[in-house]
Amino acid sequence: MDPRFKIAHREALIGVALAIVHFIWWFGFAYGLGSKPVEEYSYILGFPDWFFYSCIMGFILVAITVIVLVKFVLKDVSLEEEGDER
Amino acid sequence: MNIQVIIPMVIFLAIIFFIGFWSSKKLESSTGGFLQEYFLGGRELGGFVLAMTMVATYGSASSFLGGPGTAYTMGLGWVLLSMTQVVTGYFVLLILGKKFAILARKYNAITLIDFLKVRYSNSKVVVLLAAASIIIFLFSAMTAQWVGGGRLIESLTGMKYTTALFIFAVSVLVYVVIGGFRAVAVTDAVQGGVMVIGTLILLIAVIIAGGGVPNIMQDLLNENPNLVTPYGNEGNLSAAYVSSFWILVGVGVVGLPQMAVRAMSYKNTRSMHRALVIGTIVSGFIMLNMHLIGIFARPIMPGIEVADTVIPLVALKILPAWLAGIVLAAPLAAIMSTVDSLLILVSSSIVKDVYINYINPNATEKKVKILSFGVTTLLGSIVFLLALNPPELLIFLNLFAFGGLEAAFIWPVVLGLYWPYGNKYGAIASMITGIISYIALHFYNSAYGNLFDIHTVVIPVILSLLAYVSFSLLINKTKYIF
Repeated sequence: MDPRFKIAHREALIGVALAIVHFIWWFGFAYGLGSKPVEEYSYILGFPDWFFYSCIMGFILVAITVIVLVKFVLKDVSLEEEGDER
Repeated sequence: MNIQVIIPMVIFLAIIFFIGFWSSKKLESSTGGFLQEYFLGGRELGGFVLAMTMVATYGSASSFLGGPGTAYTMGLGWVLLSMTQVVTGYFVLLILGKKFAILARKYNAITLIDFLKVRYSNSKVVVLLAAASIIIFLFSAMTAQWVGGGRLIESLTGMKYTTALFIFAVSVLVYVVIGGFRAVAVTDAVQGGVMVIGTLILLIAVIIAGGGVPNIMQDLLNENPNLVTPYGNEGNLSAAYVSSFWILVGVGVVGLPQMAVRAMSYKNTRSMHRALVIGTIVSGFIMLNMHLIGIFARPIMPGIEVADTVIPLVALKILPAWLAGIVLAAPLAAIMSTVDSLLILVSSSIVKDVYINYINPNATEKKVKILSFGVTTLLGSIVFLLALNPPELLIFLNLFAFGGLEAAFIWPVVLGLYWPYGNKYGAIASMITGIISYIALHFYNSAYGNLFDIHTVVIPVILSLLAYVSFSLLINKTKYIF
């Protein structure tokens, strides 16, 4: 098999894994903290805690993860037909 | 209507036109063949433009006017739902990824259907089925978006709907027809930039007008505590329903042809890596900003009846006129950037996938050129005529089209890339199952309420997976060598 496909397959699996972790984080905080009675919510920067962790922190962490992946994990390959790896 | 609101929009349109002309110059001087230039921008997109065109194509009228409007009504639960779209920022490019870009070049594919055609052994049924679903579904999506564009200009300028729609139609048509995909992508980048800046300004202004986030939350609590829970204003937004949007506006987006075609348009893997970072940050930023604006507007302007007008009304109320003009260019930009992508895509389906494949394979370059310009113009004109008598409920039509296409394409594209045993029988079965079960379930759900309390898209996506796998294994099982 084309060695570039090995890299591509690995990176697609990373994408799936990231989406699964992202979903668990998003769901866990939203409904874990958000299902409490409203009176028991605590607030961070004015936002209810479930929203702050699930949507704001979740987004920031995912963005950082993507940056780390791009910097250290994903590999550059040539997209052209005859080209080898650079 | 205040002239100060209109000036920034006119400037915005002028920039867009300029890009159209610039792209048409590039088109003339290109050497890579007209089709590849016109429908794929010569596969030369850099990271920034790639990221922006993906985000902007996806962030449409529904998410820009309807979305914040719904957040206004439903509260933070809808903002939670909207954040499922962050996943598209990295998911589409990582999943289709390098393999799709490599194969697209190897197959010399210019449209998504070109890829499907080679992958599924030149099956005429696959091509025509795919082309028909793209043309039908995206046509209806486009019409809804044009209505949104016309309505927006109408509400901002006070012009009659027909006049407003005409201005919108002419603006979009000019740069798409003359500039092709490159004009679409580069204007998307500008439009994406306008969206980022516009939503940021408006968010800050709403927070100040509402007396700070803690104050706004207190106001919402006093009005209806449900607004700050994940369950919606009436407590009926279930976890299962909200989570099912992970399929509809999150991972399922991989199956949308307008997204997939972008995953074959980038220059090199460095562009793709950069687009991953920019796309994730920008999509999350825009989604969070604009939906928060929707809910934060509630204490400032209670009692807005038509949800789609929340953003324009609040911008005009709390911002100085010239700033409101800049901010309100953002939803206009969102609509344009979606419409232009759909227009060029539907046009490519007709010209490349149907005409050149089956009607006239030996068409000369000159003929193809005239036809491409002609079909794009004609399509735009038909959509304009349809949009004159607008159908109701923007979000509804829009999601119907997107969900149906996702169910049809996700497995033929994704498994076609990664599963060697996928074959044309699987692809055909999967597309038919996806579309038919989507439409059937849609009618069931509108009559009896959502089955299993989840969005319509989920079950058809599962059924089309089963159809793909079982038909591929049962009929003529062969291993595909990539």
